[in-house]
Amino acid sequence: MRIVVNGSDREVPSRLTVAELVRELGAGGANGRGVAVAVEAQVVPHSQWDGVALSEGQRVEVLGAFQGG
Amino acid sequence: MRMEAAGRRATSSSFEIAGRRWNSRLIVGTGGFRSLDVTERAIAAAGAEIVTVALRRVDVAAPGSLVEMLERAGSFLLPNTAGCFTAHDAVLTARMAREAFGTHWVKLEVIGDDRTLFPDAVELLEAAETLVEDGFVVLPYTNDDPILARRLEEVGCAAVMPLGAPIGSGMGIRNPYNMAIIVEQANVPVICDAGVGTASDAAFAMELGCDGVLMASAIARAKDPVKMAQAMRGAVESGRLAFEAGRIPRRRHAQASTPEVGLPEYG
Repeated sequence: MRIVVNGSDREVPSRLTVAELVRELGAGGANGRGVAVAVEAQVVPHSQWDGVALSEGQRVEVLGAFQGG
Repeated sequence: MRMEAAGRRATSSSFEIAGRRWNSRLIVGTGGFRSLDVTERAIAAAGAEIVTVALRRVDVAAPGSLVEMLERAGSFLLPNTAGCFTAHDAVLTARMAREAFGTHWVKLEVIGDDRTLFPDAVELLEAAETLVEDGFVVLPYTNDDPILARRLEEVGCAAVMPLGAPIGSGMGIRNPYNMAIIVEQANVPVICDAGVGTASDAAFAMELGCDGVLMASAIARAKDPVKMAQAMRGAVESGRLAFEAGRIPRRRHAQASTPEVGLPEYG
């Protein structure tokens, strides 16, 4: 299926979970520490990453730490 | 202020934000540094306990190392909502930061336009109210407007952080009178956020009674950031000590420091 990750189209296996996507992106430290995910502008808490499966066309934002004042 | 024995070096008092005690009154932003190594050494030289970070898409975000470095240094991470122009985006970003960094503290920024980077007062107040209700410790970057500062305090912000001058401008404290009014009326800590260019600006903010100073560019973009960080540490400390010591009043004419008693009269 096709989803939109950080503004770019991405082909991923259907029913991919948030946890699997974060692993695939290699984002953050162990257990996705330092990373936050929103699906369709809704924050997905870490505790739900394994349980939330993505579906076709969804917009996902995966954010991490960046230098900032 | 603690009383020190004669000959011992006095230190300025610690302060509290949201019930948590801090010894350093200098908060450092991680934006604008040339490298992670310089960032780390500057934070150490500044003696900062609280350090700000931003959130960005992971494809551009620093690959994990920024957070690891800050945690190694024992820094308290204060995420910001830089780049948000609406209350909606700022609230969402704060909630994302809470997930990413496991903290409910946030430096709330809601910007009005790209050219001035001044806060959008209306959006800022709305976002602050929403985040306070959601259990956040909200530290809003605000205009140097005493009324807005009061409104932010009234909705439950844990501190107010008025700008001295536009972000990155290095213009110092452009409206010291407003800053003094904000300090005078506030029942929460006042942190001067943005505008500091050099050490005397930071000292001045502290002399006005600010509880702390937050800066990024002044250190990060200095020719020697580590040396400037050390200068800022001294300035913030000295400015606070001077405030606590109580300066002499300004007067238009001289007042002799040498007493006139016992003056000889040479016929």
